[in-house]
Amino acid sequence: MTQRFRDLLALEPLSADELTFLLDQSKPFQEIQRHPLKKLATLRGKTVALAFFENSTRTRISFGTAASRLGADTMNLQAEASSLKKGESLLDTVHTLDAMKPDCLVMRHASSGAADFVAQHLEIPVINAGDGTHEHPSQGLLDALTIRDRLGTIENLNVTILGDLQHSRVARSNIHLLGKFGCKFTLCGPAMWVPPELEKIGAPGVSIRRVFRIEEALEGADVVLVLRVQTERQYEPSISAEDYVLGYQLNSERLRRAKPNALVLHPGPMNRGNEITPEVADGPQSCVLEQVTNGIAVRMALLFLLISGPPEEGAHPLAEALPAKNRRSTDQKDPSHAAR
Amino acid sequence: MRIVEKTQLMSAPEIDRTLQRLAHEIVEKTGGTKHLALIGIVRRGVPLAQRIAQAMRGIDGVEVPVGTLDITLYRDDLSKVAPQAVLRSSDIPFGVDDMDLVLVDDVLYTGRTIRAAMNGIFDLGRPKRVSLCVLIERGHREMPIEAQFIGRSVQTSDSEIIEVRLREIDKEERVVLVDRVE
Repeated sequence: MTQRFRDLLALEPLSADELTFLLDQSKPFQEIQRHPLKKLATLRGKTVALAFFENSTRTRISFGTAASRLGADTMNLQAEASSLKKGESLLDTVHTLDAMKPDCLVMRHASSGAADFVAQHLEIPVINAGDGTHEHPSQGLLDALTIRDRLGTIENLNVTILGDLQHSRVARSNIHLLGKFGCKFTLCGPAMWVPPELEKIGAPGVSIRRVFRIEEALEGADVVLVLRVQTERQYEPSISAEDYVLGYQLNSERLRRAKPNALVLHPGPMNRGNEITPEVADGPQSCVLEQVTNGIAVRMALLFLLISGPPEEGAHPLAEALPAKNRRSTDQKDPSHAAR
Repeated sequence: MRIVEKTQLMSAPEIDRTLQRLAHEIVEKTGGTKHLALIGIVRRGVPLAQRIAQAMRGIDGVEVPVGTLDITLYRDDLSKVAPQAVLRSSDIPFGVDDMDLVLVDDVLYTGRTIRAAMNGIFDLGRPKRVSLCVLIERGHREMPIEAQFIGRSVQTSDSEIIEVRLREIDKEERVVLVDRVE
């Protein structure tokens, strides 16, 4: 049986067609966010386990809201309250969760590759909600959806990413997704956060360059992705807040170097006055709140896709239309009839 | 198992005439078009609803709003046998509160699609009335649902399939009855 989307662990292995499919599938859920009644019964009776082995507020709430708007229940595991503090191994913890029979596991972990490791041991679909400095696929998807909505395309854009690239899974997921659509990347930040090996993380042919002057990095940008300074992932002495503001803060004067309609994205939580000034964060080019709204739509699409049913044998979810002989009217497609 | 075409139920001109008649019937029975709106069920209900709205323009000169509804999220069988379903956009660009809504679909069979569509509609508001218009009604209902506006009723057996082919989607225009044979 071909299983196109068994889990969602990373964007790197997905093709441009598959990524487009995931973005397209988020659209109906964007519409539902505008309905007076936002709750569906589609996944009624299903349970989504949210295992956040690393602190998270917005991603956890976003996945939780996505699940509940689809009618699913959630079970929550949070780092502080969990038995990890009592010495239980990761595998024992997820096996215990799995024994409570959830239909999907959404997990975040401080170690890169943790979600992949867990997925190999579980039958249920696993969604990576951030693993160390590796990937944060749902964030990459919601960023791309936001860009596509505003600019009409995600093809051949100049994308500037500012800040702590070294520790950013958000940057990696964005590069893996947008790089498949011909986007060019300019990475800019303090030298220790923008190591040379980052130029090679894209697929062959993806243009990634490092620039150390922010004015130069912003020149001609269509999209500016501002990253948070992640104090929790830094183990060596780093740059002072004052120096960071001086060298790398995105303010409106610097933003003028980018194209006039350039978008500003930030995965949150924002430190106003640190990596971004309030006037940019609240300005017309900022997409910060759209990103949050789109996050729920993307996560609803992922949960729906992975939980709603196994992929049809031999069928590709990208197939625009079934061959005529398999095609029946909507009513006749009802499998309760087909199964008889 | 093979699928063989048994007979043609409607030709392109017949489909056209039927939609004209349905447009007249809807306008007549609704008593005006003031609060009337059509909702086509994805996929083949959509072009049918658009064509009926166009026919109404010819009757009254009125613009009847047309929305589209994908019922996938409201199905009752997703967890059982559905493949990873491909969602299409729903687009209902008008408020449904106090409206006289006509759902439009190609074939009325078990009635489960219409049950799902009504759930979708009621998530958007409280219409004054909801009625159903189908090109083909073929029996075998599993829900207490009937159509108020019917293009043609056809007696069928359970193994038969009615294929409505429309030029907007299928590049041809006719309704055929096909059968599954071992």
